[in-house]
Parts: sequence; C-alpha cells; structure tokens
Amino acid sequence: MHLLTAQKLAIFRGERLVLNGVSFALRPGGILLLRGANGAGKSSLLRALAGLTPLVSGDLFWDDLPALADREAHAARIGWLGHQDAVKPALTPAEQVPRSALTLVGLERFADLPTRFLSAGQKRRLAIARVAATPKALWLLDEPTTGLDSASIERFLALCSAQRARGGMIIASTHTPIDLPNTEVLAL
Amino acid sequence: MISLIAKELRLSFRHGAESMAALLFFIIAGTLFAFGVGPDPSILSRIAPSVVWVTALLAALLPLDRLFGPDFEDGTLDLLLLSGKPAYEIAAAKAASHWLTTGLPLLIMAAPLAVMLRLPGDRLPVLLLTLLPGTLIFSLLGTMAAALTTGARRGAILMPLITLPLMIPSLIFGTAAATSPHPAPPFYMIFAMLLAALPLAPLGTGLALRAAAE
Repeated sequence: MHLLTAQKLAIFRGERLVLNGVSFALRPGGILLLRGANGAGKSSLLRALAGLTPLVSGDLFWDDLPALADREAHAARIGWLGHQDAVKPALTPAEQVPRSALTLVGLERFADLPTRFLSAGQKRRLAIARVAATPKALWLLDEPTTGLDSASIERFLALCSAQRARGGMIIASTHTPIDLPNTEVLAL
Repeated sequence: MISLIAKELRLSFRHGAESMAALLFFIIAGTLFAFGVGPDPSILSRIAPSVVWVTALLAALLPLDRLFGPDFEDGTLDLLLLSGKPAYEIAAAKAASHWLTTGLPLLIMAAPLAVMLRLPGDRLPVLLLTLLPGTLIFSLLGTMAAALTTGARRGAILMPLITLPLMIPSLIFGTAAATSPHPAPPFYMIFAMLLAALPLAPLGTGLALRAAAE
C-alpha cells in the first residue's frame, strides 16, 4: 500500500508561474479531484505529478521517498490519460489496447475497425481502456469524462471504483461532478 | 523496444503513400540527374556515387518531420515517455524504424539507380558498403534533429538547418570512400562516425524528447 504526498509544489508553464504552494496527501484507495477555472493549472499539475514537467520547487514523495528521483520507476507506477487521447487513427482499437480491456468500455464491437471511424467519445473510451488495461498504482486523468455519454460515464465510474478497491489512487481534473463516495477535492 | 518498432512499422505500412514518398523522391531525383547531365557515360559514371549519396541524404530528411510531430500533437509522446522505458530506448526504437522504413529501401533502390547512372559494376559493392553506415547515420542524426525541433514553432525550417551540417561529414567521407581508388581510410572514418552516433544520438534524442514534452 502506497502513499503519495505533495508538499508546496510550484510549477511553471512556459514563462509563467501557474501554481504555487500546492500540498496534498493521498492514501491507498484515495481519489483526488482537481477543480479550477480554465487555465488554473490542472493539466500542468498532472504533468508535473507524472514527471513530464519539472517542479520548480516543492517535493513529491512516494512512500516517504522522493518520487521523481527515478523518472522511469515513477512512470511505471502511473496510468496516464492525457488531455489528448493518444490514439492513432490508422490503427484499430485492438492494435492499441488489449482486447480484454475493450470490453471494459464497451468497444469490443469496434475492435477491428480503423480508429478514424470512431467518434470523439469512443476515442476517449479507448484511451480510458488503455489506462484500465494495466494495473497501475496511480491514475492521472486529465478531464476523463470529456465527450462521454451517461452510460460510458457509469462504466468509467465503475472502473474508478475497481481501481480504488485494489488500493490504487486516482487524481483527476474534471469540471463535471464525479459521483463517487469519499472523494477529496483540491481547488486550484 | 521490439513492440514499439513493430507499431511504428505497422503505422508506416498503413500510411503507405507517405512512407513511399522518400523512396520515390530518391528514384525521381536520381533519374533527373541522368536526364540533366546527358547520356555521356564517362561523366555520369564519375558523378554517380555522389548523386546517389546526395539524393539519398535528401530523401532521408523527408520523413523526419513526421517522426515525432504526430506523436507530439496527439499525446502519444507523453504516453511513450510514461511507458516506464528510458527515453533513449524510445529514441533508439524510433531511429531503427526510420532506418527500416526509409534507410533500408533507399539502400536497396540505390543499386539499380547506380547502375542506371552508369556506375561500373565493380564499384557498386563499395558504394553500397558506404551507404549502409551512411543511411544508419542519417537515421540516427535525423532522429535527433527531429526530436530537437519537435514542438518548435518553425520546426520545418529549423530541421534542415540542424540536420545538414551534422550530415555533411558523413557525406564527405562516404562519397570519398565510394569514389576513391583507396576506399579503406574514408570508409573507416564513416564507420567510426557510425560507432560514435550509435550510442550518442539516442541519448541526445531522449533528452530532446523530454524537453519537448515539458
């Protein structure tokens, strides 16, 4: 069981300081929702937590050890759902995500169709399936429910519940309310 | 790494026309030289190795802006960097797939092109032997330049400005080996360049990719 602690993080985006003094702690099974207006720095925080963007100051600890000291080891803990879906239009869903994971998001019927024929919401589901496909201790999700219909949001919430049930953590930026019990909210 | 190369090859196979562009450019440019210089076999056969080398170099540059550009734009680059693999391994896989989809076809096509340009048959093996490390160097250095210009606003202009000076030494020694009566010294030189680029270029590419993702 792991623990993620952030202490007084400060993050630059380009030349601008977007976040300063961000602190939180996340326990196994914990869900942290990032709230804030557009441009408040939600995506920047997620990228910094993943180790993609360097921290200007502050510390990120994983089980009381500096999390970003070994970026490859840190990356191996993370299930990443970025702002973009990172799906290749020329490849089929089954070529990008394991088939077993496609059933989790209801895309099994489209497994062998080129992804360019999928709608925006279906591509988002494909990206969610990729996160759910491999068990990772920490999910970092940037606007995960963008473009999803209500049935897909239900499936997504079920996947989140499964993640916390096995002791995983989730940090998600979102504008839509996420209907899960015991979520913490970090206002940016 | 193998799975990453396999995915890249599959993607380039699906984008068939785009992938063929470099090879087509190579064939067309080489053929135009034959028309432009005229049918005099003595001139053609003398410049044939240089023509093949220069057109191969330019052709190898063509697919470079597609190497990381789409990955950067659609978020795949972030995913690659978060795959838990070191960045240099991703870079090496990208360079390998660039060589397999561009360098190797150029190398194969170089033989008929050189024959068409009246290169004497006994010089052909030497030319191909210099093009083998040559195309590998193009892929390694080209991948590095592509990574350096990824996310840059004027990447399309920066790219040739960065790549061409890097590739000129290999061009000089490559054509020297292919045309000189004593090909061994320049050939050793280009091979030494390959040995230097083999570990260094992926390391530089990896760092550039991390910087691009920031």
